[in-house]
Amino acid sequence: MELKNTDAGSWSPYIAGGLSGLVIIVSVLWTGQFFGASTSFVRSAGMLGKVTGPERVRHLEYFIRYLPQIDWQLMFVIGIFVGSLIASVWSGSFKWQGVPDMWAERFGTSPVKRGLVAFIGGIIAMFGARLAGGCPSGHGLSGMIQLAVSGLIAMIFFFVGGIIMTRLIYCGGNK
Amino acid sequence: MQMLIMGLLTGIFFGFLLQKARVVRYDKQIGALRFQDMTIIKFMMSAIIVGMVGIHFFEVFGLVQLMYKPVVIGENIAGGMIFGLGWGLLGYCPGTQGGALGEGRWDALWGILGMVVGAGLYAETYPFLMQRVLGWGYFGLLTIPELIGVNQWLVILVFTSGVIALFFWFEKKGL
Repeated sequence: MELKNTDAGSWSPYIAGGLSGLVIIVSVLWTGQFFGASTSFVRSAGMLGKVTGPERVRHLEYFIRYLPQIDWQLMFVIGIFVGSLIASVWSGSFKWQGVPDMWAERFGTSPVKRGLVAFIGGIIAMFGARLAGGCPSGHGLSGMIQLAVSGLIAMIFFFVGGIIMTRLIYCGGNK
Repeated sequence: MQMLIMGLLTGIFFGFLLQKARVVRYDKQIGALRFQDMTIIKFMMSAIIVGMVGIHFFEVFGLVQLMYKPVVIGENIAGGMIFGLGWGLLGYCPGTQGGALGEGRWDALWGILGMVVGAGLYAETYPFLMQRVLGWGYFGLLTIPELIGVNQWLVILVFTSGVIALFFWFEKKGL
């Protein structure tokens, strides 16, 4: 058996997940906001676009639908960064690392190669999330919690796509 | 302004819990897609069942307003699939990759940049997609209980039981 819980300061995913469920309930009761993340990337792209080509952004329909401004969700996404920073520094599990272990085992330790694939993966993932109408937060967590059919379909296909891609790139490589 | 602060605070709590459960990491995300480590599924499903019971409980008293996405089969499936393929390359989600950066995994930065580009790309192609692709298989707002015509609590009971059985199976298999 491999040792799995050597990572200091980690909590059971059942406990942390359940507590996250409570955070969602409080958030909805207090501010009416369900969790989501991908819309924030649209707003960020719009804000960036306003700097480089304001005319273009003003005429793109999608940025009229999702105005390039800071809202609850964008602050929420920034908060996730802050919360994780606090937790990791506090427990001593913060680690400056540009190539994940599993990746390095299969594809080597080049941060350029990893960075390039991560960048391309990010483009594809976000395009898909916007087409689907949400990501694993919006469709996965929030959609499933509300028993939405759209959330269930999207969630199933997030995993189908993910499993296909990892099959392709790891193709029975290590382990 | 208060909304923005609430967003940040909610994100901090969520990010803290995500990091504690280690679900923000590439190895955990890809580990689930390769059926080697089900940590992210345990976290996600725990959050979903707690949130599901809580949100529907408060909804009975009219204390929460449900807010979910309509079913558009073409978009939910194609978008979900495309997201999954990108996710398999990146190994981070739109919401959680900020958390990955927060604990020092700086390859997430490439994913974040890619996602901003992906969102911009979607905004650029949106007028074309609107004409040709979007809206295929539109069924509007639909929940699972409405679809199969049963009481929501029955669905919640069956779903929760299924998830708990899945958890026992994961633990038995050491996943």
